[in-house]
Amino acid sequence: MSKLLKHRDIRLKQRYRAEAFFRSCGLFAISLGVFFLLVLLYSVFSQGVSAFWQTSLTLSVKLDAKIIDPEGRRANDPQIICIADYPRLLRNALAEELGVSLDDLVSLREVSRMFSFGAGSQLRDLVVKNPQLIGTSQKLTFLAASHVDSVFKGQVNLSVSETKRKLSNKQLEWMKKLAYEGILHKTFNFGFFIFSASSRPEMSGLGVALIGSFYMMFIVLLCSLPIGVAAAVYLEEYAGRNRFTDLIEVNINNLAAVPSIIFGLLGLVVFIHFLGLPRSSSLVGGLVLTLMTFPTIIIATRSALRAVSPSIRLAALGLGASKTQTVFQHVIPLAIPGILTGTILGLAHALGETAPLLLIGMVAFVANYPVSPMDPATAVPVQIYMWANEAERAFVERTFCAIIVLLMFLALMNIAAVLLRNRFERRF
Amino acid sequence: MNPELSIKMRGLDVKVFYDSNQALHGITLSILENNVTALIGPSGCGKSTFLRCLNRMNDTIEGARVTGHVFLDEEDIYDSSLDVVELRSRVGMVFQKPNPFPKSIYENVAYGPRIHGLARSRLELDEIVEKSLLKAGLFNEIKDRLHDAGTGLSGGQQQRLCIARAIAVSPEVILMDEPCSALDPIATARIEELIDDLRKNYTIVIVTHSMQQAARVSQFTAMFHLGTLIEFGATETIFTSPKEQRTQDYITGRFG
Amino acid sequence: MSASGMILFVFALGGLGLFLSRARALAFESCGSRMHSRPFYYGLWTFFLVVFPSLLFFLLWHIGTNLYIEHQIFVRVSRMEMSGILHEDRVLVLRDVLKSLLQKSMVLSRNIDHDLLSFVFDFAKKVKILNVIGSLTTVFCACFGLVYGLWDTRSQKRARNKVECVIILSLIIASAIAVLVTIGILSSLFFQTVSFFRSVPLSHFFFGTVWDPRFPTTDSNVGQFGLVPLLAGTLYIACVAMLFAVPVGIFSAVYMAEYASPQLRSFIKPLLEILAGIPTIVYGFFALVSVGPFLRDLSSAFSGNGEAFIMAQSVLTAGIVMGIMLIPFISSLSDDIIRAVPYSLREGSFGLGATQSETIKRVVLSAAFPGIMAAVLLTASRAIGETMIVVMAAGVAAKLTINPFDAMTTITVKIVNQLTGDLEFNSPQTLVAFALGMTLFVVTLLMNIFALYIVRKYREQYE
Repeated sequence: MSKLLKHRDIRLKQRYRAEAFFRSCGLFAISLGVFFLLVLLYSVFSQGVSAFWQTSLTLSVKLDAKIIDPEGRRANDPQIICIADYPRLLRNALAEELGVSLDDLVSLREVSRMFSFGAGSQLRDLVVKNPQLIGTSQKLTFLAASHVDSVFKGQVNLSVSETKRKLSNKQLEWMKKLAYEGILHKTFNFGFFIFSASSRPEMSGLGVALIGSFYMMFIVLLCSLPIGVAAAVYLEEYAGRNRFTDLIEVNINNLAAVPSIIFGLLGLVVFIHFLGLPRSSSLVGGLVLTLMTFPTIIIATRSALRAVSPSIRLAALGLGASKTQTVFQHVIPLAIPGILTGTILGLAHALGETAPLLLIGMVAFVANYPVSPMDPATAVPVQIYMWANEAERAFVERTFCAIIVLLMFLALMNIAAVLLRNRFERRF
Repeated sequence: MNPELSIKMRGLDVKVFYDSNQALHGITLSILENNVTALIGPSGCGKSTFLRCLNRMNDTIEGARVTGHVFLDEEDIYDSSLDVVELRSRVGMVFQKPNPFPKSIYENVAYGPRIHGLARSRLELDEIVEKSLLKAGLFNEIKDRLHDAGTGLSGGQQQRLCIARAIAVSPEVILMDEPCSALDPIATARIEELIDDLRKNYTIVIVTHSMQQAARVSQFTAMFHLGTLIEFGATETIFTSPKEQRTQDYITGRFG
Repeated sequence: MSASGMILFVFALGGLGLFLSRARALAFESCGSRMHSRPFYYGLWTFFLVVFPSLLFFLLWHIGTNLYIEHQIFVRVSRMEMSGILHEDRVLVLRDVLKSLLQKSMVLSRNIDHDLLSFVFDFAKKVKILNVIGSLTTVFCACFGLVYGLWDTRSQKRARNKVECVIILSLIIASAIAVLVTIGILSSLFFQTVSFFRSVPLSHFFFGTVWDPRFPTTDSNVGQFGLVPLLAGTLYIACVAMLFAVPVGIFSAVYMAEYASPQLRSFIKPLLEILAGIPTIVYGFFALVSVGPFLRDLSSAFSGNGEAFIMAQSVLTAGIVMGIMLIPFISSLSDDIIRAVPYSLREGSFGLGATQSETIKRVVLSAAFPGIMAAVLLTASRAIGETMIVVMAAGVAAKLTINPFDAMTTITVKIVNQLTGDLEFNSPQTLVAFALGMTLFVVTLLMNIFALYIVRKYREQYE
């Protein structure tokens, strides 16, 4: 045979081109996924971080007795100092700073639009607590109005005509002046974590939502962990393979894949209408999320139990321990890291869940802190949903910021799960 | 040795490293055309590793490194100018466990010709498939169910299907890595007959654990031990009057 | 006593029982009598005797009382409605007010007429008595359990076996909860759906092409509830999402499983899985604020006349964002499945001279096909049931269109819409949400079961 004959044409060039193309398709797909992840994270962080700071005014305010209590009756009627016109005090102080005459009512109105409505309440609380301050001058830091905040952070396009803007040119001039003098400045936005629902962006915060989410996570942990572990232990350690366990197994796998909104419908009918639990409460929310989470915990626990080597069971049984003693004293302790990892991941999933909570009435304007899980509350993702539906520009920033907070919690939980897994992975 | 025989493949100082372990310590060995060469030796002696060097299957293993030269018709297959895909189309391989693809019998055999574009038409492909199955001695058994799943065949049939699959590419050399170790004695006997038939058209290298099999099917035998080639020669010579004591011990069953 | 106080009390009593029984058993042991079980088991048994019967009773009593209240309110309100005292649209409000009144037994609102007020007060008294009876019986149950458990702490008693029996029983109950939840879902959807179909005929729902629940039409007096536009929107958006996610997901899986080095894979896989860990509300907002406006502006830049042909809320926006979310579901599942394909098959293909991509395309993927199919099905069922992204990015107008740049709505969006307003619970406008939920549940259930069946079969094939 000649050598030429042996080198058949097997379309090598073409095939290697196909190979390279296929490979680059795979690489492209992965890059696309990672690219979207980065875009998502970038757009959240770049637009949300600014809400961690809020524009405030620091000003010396004269607590004029003539304005607080023009008729001098506060000794007899303590109500007086509660209903006094505090915003006027602030307005006067700011007007004085800006050199606006107290007779120029048009300008004064513009001055009072510079600071938040909440600043008045802040001042009132201070005075009600310390009535002796009346008549003195106090250096105070209070929130600026949300328009001022947006402009100060550079989020507003100032080139549009004055009539289409929320702030007039005069107010912009004042802002520049105040900023130059250090009166207008940014402070860390503690209020964001404390305030409850409000229609004013600068006064609204995650307070109620954080408490609600905390209650719900607590309830989910309390209910789904025992149920999930118990069910998994039964299925893995006690049950034989029969129709009943097959049924349970199919159910568990299916429940883990049922759309979450269906659980909301279930919660609405069973918990609220049948059992009569209070609507909008974190108790109902927690129970609904429990039903969603426990299949995940069962699945995680079962694989953790399966990973415990059979020799440990045999050793314990061989020493005369009963089956139950073996399981509870030897097998489960070894499976705890796996169980915890699964539980944390399940909780993280529940923490971000929104849809079922909408159906059980957690989309509510809740201004008071929930004292117990029976009180109306919201959750962080629901709060995000509600803010997302607000029209005002300043809410967009807060929504992104709330998303950052939510993602931070999720990241912490996931990191904890990964660390736990790595720490205990090679033990046995 | 018959002077008419020409050398088909030749290993020259082949060394293989798996990460830091050295599996082969410089093997030099010639494989003669249209003959069956058996590689024998105890487990872990490197015979499979050497076999896998002959069509560069070691490339697919993470951390494996090969040095030295292997010549196929005086071309170095480890030379960068030689393409591994082409090499494997000329040096086919049959594995220890039958591994038919989860496709029909027909598709299994047609797989090689299809990827290499060996058939210009459907008719030609049908012909290749039929011929390969005939050569593998499988055609008469399964001619009515060519489009049934290949995984539905018995173990021996599956292995012959894998041989047919290798033949369909019309290679020059067929490497067989313990092709009968997963089969029962009857299926083994059929494969052995088949190997003897195939010798007319192909050069065959077979790794085997069974001394009897080596004696039955091969013309030349290479004895491996601990990654080195101890002895190579005509099968008859090796089995009747080995030069090395270790070969003697191995074939009489004193170790391995 | 409040419910939580009651539970705490019972548990405290149980703890006491545990301690006392254990102490008693220990005392017996120190006297030299040989106990059947370790002292701790006697304690645990007493604990169970105290806690379980009394809490079970308490729970049942509580549910019973609630049902009774509900029934009484219903009777009262319908009587008032019949006699024409009450205007129709106040029924719901009144029912809520009454309920809170009776549960908390206090008056919150002043504008209730005298007759009703006296009814409320009489009724509140009754409820109070009921509650007191319930609490007292619970306490009695718990105390009886404690005394009996203590008295029964004897050497012959097989406390451990009994405790283990209870433990196994509770394990069985815990695992039966999964079945209970499914039954709960089915029955809660079923009964509401049935009462919905009492006012709207089946054919109008399943074949109606108009969704307009608010305004009655000439031939029906309850508005139009056509499923078709919602189902079309749901499937359309899911299709767009899958068209995006399936190729990207499978190619990523192939690259991770076949080409990437272990180090790269262990870095890339978790990175992509982050996408699955991000809550859907975040995707929804991302679609609403970033992707939607971006696509709109992009289309206006391309259209020539500056007019945007892609709406900010559109099938495309929702589909793409949902697709991004689904990538890791497909890629992770498929990656596992591809890696489960035996290496010998790849070897067989390489041995014949196939290139890597030929091996993947013709051997690995065809071997993994059933599994990948199952992954795709599971993911599709997730796409159909996904809520928050479509609520925020798909729009609320129930339109039938084939234009992917237009807004469409989905089943899940309408479930949310129908149940978040202030609607009466028993009106068709609310009940339709359950009919929609039932449809959604059945569709996804079938897909899931089919997918799980394939996965199971597939696993058996290679094990």
